Amino acid sequence: MSTLTAERQAAPPKAPASRGGGEWRRTPTWLYGVLFAGLFLVVVPFVWMLLSSLKPEAEVRAVPPTWWPETITLDNYSTLFTKLDFPTYFLNSAIVALAVTAGNMVFCSMLGYALAKLDFPGKKALFAIVLGTLMIPGVVTFVPLFVLTTNIGLSNTLLGMVLPFLAGPFGVFLMRQFIQALPDELIQAARIDGAGELRIFFSVILPLCGPALATLGILTFLTSWNNFLWPLVVAQTEEKYTLPVALALYSVGQNATQYGLLLAGSVVVVLPVLAIFLVLQRHIMQGIAMTGIK
Amino acid sequence: MSTVATRTGTRTRHVDPTRRQQAVAAWALALPFVLLFAVFSLGPVLASLGMSFTDMRRTDIRDPFAVNPVGLDNYVQLVQDPLFRKVTLNTLLYLLLGVPLTMAVALLVAVGINRVERFRGFLRVGYYLPVVTSIVAVSVVWKFLYRDNGGLFNTILGWVGIDGPGWLDSTTLALPSLVLMAVWRNFGTLMVIFLAGLQTIPQEVNEAAEVDGASGWSRFRHVTLPMLRPTLLFGAVITGLGYLQFFEEAFVMTKGGPLDSTRSATYFTFDQFGFGNYGYAAAASYLLFLAVVLLTWVQFRWLGERDETTVKGAKR
Repeated sequence: MSTLTAERQAAPPKAPASRGGGEWRRTPTWLYGVLFAGLFLVVVPFVWMLLSSLKPEAEVRAVPPTWWPETITLDNYSTLFTKLDFPTYFLNSAIVALAVTAGNMVFCSMLGYALAKLDFPGKKALFAIVLGTLMIPGVVTFVPLFVLTTNIGLSNTLLGMVLPFLAGPFGVFLMRQFIQALPDELIQAARIDGAGELRIFFSVILPLCGPALATLGILTFLTSWNNFLWPLVVAQTEEKYTLPVALALYSVGQNATQYGLLLAGSVVVVLPVLAIFLVLQRHIMQGIAMTGIK
Repeated sequence: MSTVATRTGTRTRHVDPTRRQQAVAAWALALPFVLLFAVFSLGPVLASLGMSFTDMRRTDIRDPFAVNPVGLDNYVQLVQDPLFRKVTLNTLLYLLLGVPLTMAVALLVAVGINRVERFRGFLRVGYYLPVVTSIVAVSVVWKFLYRDNGGLFNTILGWVGIDGPGWLDSTTLALPSLVLMAVWRNFGTLMVIFLAGLQTIPQEVNEAAEVDGASGWSRFRHVTLPMLRPTLLFGAVITGLGYLQFFEEAFVMTKGGPLDSTRSATYFTFDQFGFGNYGYAAAASYLLFLAVVLLTWVQFRWLGERDETTVKGAKR
């Protein structure tokens, strides 16, 4: 901290004001050094995962470890996709995540609009209940949910994995916040033009919700893709595993010591979401700042 | 425009027809969500509470209403269960170690990024990367990094002549090792929130403090930190809520061991469910829920204005 103080005092006292709150002083070069060094540390586990997954099993276990793979091989990946059933797990994960995402985008924007712009009896109570359940941990509901899904014949099905997550409070909160900021005049004008209430939602409001829907869609997809406890409870046979369930069970089961294989599995789980995130990060950052969660 | 005014004027006087239409439409729009929500969220929350007062076991699964009420027996038994006490302690330890560490790292990085002029977006995205990844997958990776022989950590320690321990094999080190991974995995969220908060601090305030002769550290201590207080508290609460429920990292990295030193409250509930003790599991989950409610209550009590802070930050 003393370096920081000295550095700041040494700088000229009247730096020209610029835009953001923190940019009122020229950036010392060492700060870039520190920030990029920190970034390197944060990224190292991913690099290590990727490099190790490309090594043959014997090299993965080498002591001391090799940094760059001496032999680059895709054996681990081909084992995952041919000997083990990773194509199925991947497909299951994708189906569940896409269904959950679609459901949330539709149902949450519908309720979000009603809560933001329409007047109806029970509105306040409904919003309070939805908001109140925002923080309920999955561990509280999974036992009765399991009893329920078993009794309606949905245990060990993908539908059973999807249904409980189809309508989440987070999406309602996000969509309501967004729609509330849209001008009321739009709705009034449409009413004057004789549009019915439902039509107003589908053809006036929904087309304007693009940015919020994108944010909600991406966040829901990522959360669902990474979801673990509920799929673990519902999936009882291997062909119903999602990627995280398969990876976790392999890593504590008979494959526990096949590091190369497990690391390749981690790559398969992590890489798609990292790619999605890097391409669409703007929407995600917006969402976090807008709601402060996730 | 004048038509609009007249129309709204009349609407407020003879409310009924439009009002009713609106209410019907609103409920039609709300219905799918409300049904799903009632059956799969609200229902189970209440059912779980009910279940916690019964002796329900796996054998009752087809006939869940034929179970015997046992009053508070499950809760009494939980409080006396040495394993439950242990997992409660582990969970609290995880929370108490994890929250301050995560906040400190997030704040340091946020303050750093807030001061640079270039690469801001790049750094923010880079530091955020671990947050979007599956905990199961990163746990597999970290388990590999923590290996006693040939793991990355011990190899690096070996360079400076330290014979690194078996991080995950020690009853004292395993939990802090999981915390360290959690800090790495989660600080990005707080960094983004803190960054938004930092940008709401008007630069005039900082300049005024500087004119008054405040040094960099004392400006941070007496200007930045107090103004960031609501954001910091909010960050502490949401991080705490997440850490109270930790499970996956222990499941993958240590299976709750060694000697239950990393078994969490969620893990305990999951185990009891696995043993078929549904009533007991439900009671355990409700005690955890109680902790979550307490923490959320703290949030509402202390920081009603947090939406404003974060949303303002986003609009900058």
